[in-house]
Amino acid sequence: MTLLSIDWFFIIEKVLLISGVLVLSLVVAMYSTWGERKIAAWIQDRLGPNRAGPMGLLQPLADGGKLFFKEEIIPSTSNRFLFILGPSIAMLVACMTSAVIPWGDTLTIAGREISLQVADVNIGILFIFGVVSMGVYGIMLGGWASNNKYSLMASVRAASQIISYELPMGLALIALLMMTGSLSLKDIVEQQRHGLWNVVYQPLGFFIFLVCAFAECNRAPFDLPEAENELNGGYHLEYSSMKLGFFLFAEYINMFISSALMATMYFGGYAFPGMDKLGLDGNMLTILGFLALFIKTLVFIFFFMWVRWTVPRFRYDQLMRLGWKVMIPLALVNMLITGAVVLARQH
Amino acid sequence: MQALTNRAKAVDRRPMTFMEKLYIPAIAKGMSITFKHIFQRKATVSFPEKKRDFSPVFRGLHILNRDEEGRERCTACGLCAVACPAEAITMEAAERKPGEENLYREEKYAAKYEINMLRCIFCGFCEEACPKDAIYLSETFAPANYQRKGFIYGKDDLLIPDPKEGK
Repeated sequence: MTLLSIDWFFIIEKVLLISGVLVLSLVVAMYSTWGERKIAAWIQDRLGPNRAGPMGLLQPLADGGKLFFKEEIIPSTSNRFLFILGPSIAMLVACMTSAVIPWGDTLTIAGREISLQVADVNIGILFIFGVVSMGVYGIMLGGWASNNKYSLMASVRAASQIISYELPMGLALIALLMMTGSLSLKDIVEQQRHGLWNVVYQPLGFFIFLVCAFAECNRAPFDLPEAENELNGGYHLEYSSMKLGFFLFAEYINMFISSALMATMYFGGYAFPGMDKLGLDGNMLTILGFLALFIKTLVFIFFFMWVRWTVPRFRYDQLMRLGWKVMIPLALVNMLITGAVVLARQH
Repeated sequence: MQALTNRAKAVDRRPMTFMEKLYIPAIAKGMSITFKHIFQRKATVSFPEKKRDFSPVFRGLHILNRDEEGRERCTACGLCAVACPAEAITMEAAERKPGEENLYREEKYAAKYEINMLRCIFCGFCEEACPKDAIYLSETFAPANYQRKGFIYGKDDLLIPDPKEGK
């Protein structure tokens, strides 16, 4: 019976890694809600949550507990199956993306090399794109199944917004891929480790990617699908209890993942300047690298929140005009310039 | 037409310049402003722990005063009720009986003295009208209540505690 010889260590290692990454994204998402409220308060000259625990640090637990104990309402005229499927898809997709992000280099434990990446697939970026575009189904199904005009309007908005902004996002990434020549995120990070960060070569591409990431995460100023004051919360209008919590949580996980992605692709991922000159051994360096990536990610999350509490929401026609008439041409120009430079370098 | 103030500004209706159409400089400016606010002094007063000071002329809930020997000063003359623009004060006078000299300062006193705190506008006219220095506005404000009758303050709510009983 050696046909089914399973490398048990491999499985244990991956299970531990997957749970670690999952717990990390959940905890970061949880504390993003706290951070969001704190930063919002500071920007508006307030103190923010400070009653639950020191500095309000237990606030996310209180919020989560409240959501769990709320009454669960499913509208009688809704499509029950799709109504439940909506938030489930949103949450599932949000948690799936983190699989291909390299959270660090390799750790050596008991002679085994353990890569801090759940799956180093050679189509990493393509996988992320495929999964992220599935995310909109959660919003669309949820909004449609609610059988509510506002929710329907929000899902239509979400669908067209994500389609419009995925194009320039993809085009910006193509310029990056032409430079790196690899779809694997690990390769992209390793290239940046031995050279300059990609943002130096691709400032315009990074900017386009950043703006599109805001749109993909439904964050202000592109939060049209959940516009509180015109659509009453949009796609999650009919949701209550933990199903609402799932939608909100998925948004924060998405924010965390896209921040990590931006840090990985444009800001060196787990690599930091002078990393290989420190003369530290592998494990120590890996941990430092993970911390570097984590700090970069937190900076991006802060940026997301900072923008949210500064810029007002776009009107729908402005959103579409920006997407199709500004972002896509810009991304095409960026692609063209990158192509010309790459070609000139080869000769 | 002559402008009332020199602060009036004509609306700028020129078409947007290229820099303005870019929209990014404006966002950057806005973000620098919001970033500065993160470090600015917060306007919040953490209420139960810290309390904001009252203005020295603050007028809060009424109190009925006593004299040095702990006798009620009010003689139910009704001048406060007459002065009250909101007609919030009602009172009933009674005659002091022999043996009550330690309770009431003069021969006449208020058997019933009620202020409707929902009608009261805290103008302080009663305080000014009182010839006996019997009514004052203190520095506390009306607490919340579930019913209207809870806002009608009687003598036991208004009278300050007897200084002799404290000893």
